[in-house]
Formats: sequence, C-alpha cells, structure tokens
Amino acid sequence: MDYIAQGFGEAIRLLAGFDSEVYRIIALSLLVSTSATVVASLIFVPLGVYLGIKPFRGKRIFSRTVYTFMSIPSVIVGLVVALLLARRGPFGYLRLLYTPAAMIIAQTILVIPLILGLTYNLSKNRGTPLEKVSRTLGGNRLDSVILIIRELKIDILVNVATAFSRAISEVGAVMIVGGNIKGQTRVMTTAISMMNSMGDYPMAIALGIILLVVSFGIHSLIYSYSQEEE
Amino acid sequence: MKKTLTYVLLLLLVLGTVSGCAPKTEAPAEAPANDPAEEPAAESEPVVEESIILATTTSTQDSGLLDFLLPIFTEETGIEVKTIAVGTGNALQMGRDGEADVLLVHAKADELKLVEEGHGTVRNDVMYNDFVLVGPADGEIIYGNDIGAALAAINEKGLQFVSRGDDSGTHKKELGLWKALSIEPAGEWYIEAGAGMGDVLKIADERQGYTLTDRATYLALKDTLQLEVVVEGDEGLFNQYGIIPVNPNKGDMINEAGALKFMDWLISEEGQELISQFGVEEYGEPLFIPNYGK
Repeated sequence: MDYIAQGFGEAIRLLAGFDSEVYRIIALSLLVSTSATVVASLIFVPLGVYLGIKPFRGKRIFSRTVYTFMSIPSVIVGLVVALLLARRGPFGYLRLLYTPAAMIIAQTILVIPLILGLTYNLSKNRGTPLEKVSRTLGGNRLDSVILIIRELKIDILVNVATAFSRAISEVGAVMIVGGNIKGQTRVMTTAISMMNSMGDYPMAIALGIILLVVSFGIHSLIYSYSQEEE
Repeated sequence: MKKTLTYVLLLLLVLGTVSGCAPKTEAPAEAPANDPAEEPAAESEPVVEESIILATTTSTQDSGLLDFLLPIFTEETGIEVKTIAVGTGNALQMGRDGEADVLLVHAKADELKLVEEGHGTVRNDVMYNDFVLVGPADGEIIYGNDIGAALAAINEKGLQFVSRGDDSGTHKKELGLWKALSIEPAGEWYIEAGAGMGDVLKIADERQGYTLTDRATYLALKDTLQLEVVVEGDEGLFNQYGIIPVNPNKGDMINEAGALKFMDWLISEEGQELISQFGVEEYGEPLFIPNYGK
C-alpha cells in the first residue's frame, strides 16, 4: 500500500519542482486536444446548426450514422489514420506518422462526429423556433445559423467541452499514430499507460492528477462563463 | 471573483497550448510543414536536423536502455531517433514494409532471414543478455539451471504460465523452448497475454505464475514485483540483440545515411562502452553485455 502513498508524494514533488519532462507531456496533450477540438468546432458547429434546421432527405439515416460514429472506439480511428499516413499509404509522402500533427488529425476525426451529432441534435430541438424568429425578421439561413449559435452558445460550449474531454482522455488513437516517442509525441494518456507498464508509478500518478485537474479546470471555466451569461 | 477565475484558467490553457507549440531543441516535430524539407534524401550529405525511425522491442524500451543511449547519440550526431517499441515480429514486418529505417531486435534466425531476403542491408551483433524464468519464490519449481526440466514440470503440473503471445523476440524464444521439448502448451494454465514484457511481468506477478523474461526488464521492474528468478544460466536462454538497417531500395523515404550512422555508433567503442555501463549503478550489474565483433 505504501507504494501508492510514495507515488503520490513523488508526484507532488515532480509537479511542484516543474520537472521538464512532465510539463512537456502536459503541454503536448493540451496542444493536441485543444487544436483538434478547435478545428472540429470551427467547421462543424456551424454545419451542425445548419443541418439541424434545414429539411433534407435522409435525415434519419444521417442522424443515425453520426450518432454511431460518436462512439467509435478511438483505436479504430487511430488504426485508420495510421494506415493512411504510413509510408506506403496514400498520404505517406507527407511524413506525418509519429508526429504531433498526425495526433491532431486523428483526434480531430475522432471528435468531429461528437461535435456534429451533439450540435445537430441541439439545433434540431431548440433551433427551429429561433429560426422562425430569424425568418420573421427577414433573415436568410446564414443569419439564422448565426442567431442560433449566439442564443445557444452555452449549450454549444458544453458540447465543445465534451468533445475536448473525449480528445484529451483517449489513448488509442494517439498511441497508434504518435508512437509515444519521448519528448515528441508522448502525451499524458500514453505516458500513464507506459509508466504503468514500466512500474514507474510516481510519474503515472503525477500525470493522472494533472489530467483530472485539467478536466476540472476546463469545466469550471465553462461553468463560470455560463453563470455570468445568465 | 468568478471572472478572475475564468481568466486565470483560460490563461493556463493558452499557456499550455502555446508551450506545446514552442520550438523544442530537438527536431521540429510540431511543424509538419517543415518535415519534407528536413528529411534528407538517402544520398545527400548529413543535415543538422534529420530523423530516423527505429523499430525495436519492448524489452529495450522497458529496460530504459534507449532512454539512456539515444540522447547521447542525438547530441553527437544531430539525428533524432523516433523509437517505436513493438514486438520483434512487428518490428521485422515494419522493416519489410519500409516503415522503419533501422531495426534493433532479438531473434537472430529471423533477422538473418530478413537480410537474406533482401529487406535489410546487413545484420550485426550489438549486445546480449539472457532470459530467465521467473516465478513465485515459494512455488513448485525450485531454483535451478535447467530450463527444459522446469518447463516440462510446468506443463505437467499445469502451473500458471504467462506467455507474451505477441510474436516478439521473447515469445519466439519461449516457443522455441517448448518446441525443443516437443510440448505444445495449451490449457487454462497457459495464458497468452499479447502484451509487452512489463505488462506480462505484472500479469505473472498478479497470478503468482511463471513467465520467461529478459533479465534487463525483470531487473528494471524487480522492486514492484513479487517474483524471483527460478531458472537461469541455461545455454538455451542466451539472448542476442542485432541491428539491421533497412534496405533503402524500398523507397526514397528510407533514411539510409541516418540508419547507418546509428548502427555504426552502436557498434563503435563508445557505443559498446556506454551499453556496458547501463544499469551498473542502479542494479550492480550491466543489463546488456556488448558483444559486437566477438
């Protein structure tokens, strides 16, 4: 039992002493997951809102497909991206495998269905009355989309936070496309997994603590922001 | 107060992201646009920042050897080494597919075959250590030097045995040992983990069973395990590591120059000396014994 307590102690020491390897891992995790979430959101939030209010054929199939992909295992995304980025793969010439760029690509693909699905669902349920208002005031579809985003921004933000959570906590995709290379593609989740393998519990626990703190921090941010808006 | 908290958290998030982007002293992995410019073609002269992909075994990584050696190599040559630790079987396949530039594995027969088939340029001995059978200190197998007898007893009594099950060098060695006894291990006592050496040792530890491991990984994890060395010193437990630069005819993305530099460094006096030092301070004995040219 005392190896756990010892682990915690060393973890605090690593964090307080600004151990460079630990902080590099944390910084990379934040970079990869934030970039993926931002890219996915910028494109697919407006798209999701638009599709939510626009009538089109095959809406049912669309929603079913998107909802299915929302829960796609991250290892599968990792595998597919790795196959595409491998040297003999179609995009091998870009030399992206085992780089943070590949990890961002994989995580972006991973969270797109989540952003799209959640936003689409939100727009479908709560966006229609807002669209009607926009129409009455003479707006076109673009104006409606902008109005919906502004009115429902808290809910959209919560969805984005959910997507970020998915990204920062997954290990399958970044492991396969990143390779967990020390100092280059090692993020919190892959590091914890490897350190557990190697029996290095202090580092694993330190990163686990940070992962929780980051998650908590992000959601506190959202919460304070939403509180102020009301 | 809430506003301040919001801004502080936002600032931390931005700082974290920005520091993730900050140019590092090693090669610019964060700037993908630069990569094609930085990867030299196989025939050009050495560039300050280039990289090679090293496919190696989980045992070389889990033991900490590469974490020790590679920074020194990078500092001296400016070549960054991207280590992908997979099982030996996987690493050899990466060599065949041209997905790696150089291989460091421990399955001599398969390595020689790879070179014979033209997938690798050459194969050289680098270092060796030995495998050991580990298990519960108070288990039914008593300490000895005969691996064949121990495995036969494990099979006969149906004692828990955890196999790597992942086509790794260790797995191949284990299968070879069973084959030499004409035993095909099967049954509830034989667990095929499909995992790296560190994980397999932990599984064996949990179940207080037996497993074949390389000495280096065992020593590195010893303090966290309640397993003892039960069989060692048998000739059949010799574990030879070899290095193979991948044949550049597979494509122009193979960094032949970098791969050869790495191999030459590992078999050089300096490289061999460093290998012999690794682990001495912490464990009292070297984890790997250099043996190029011997």
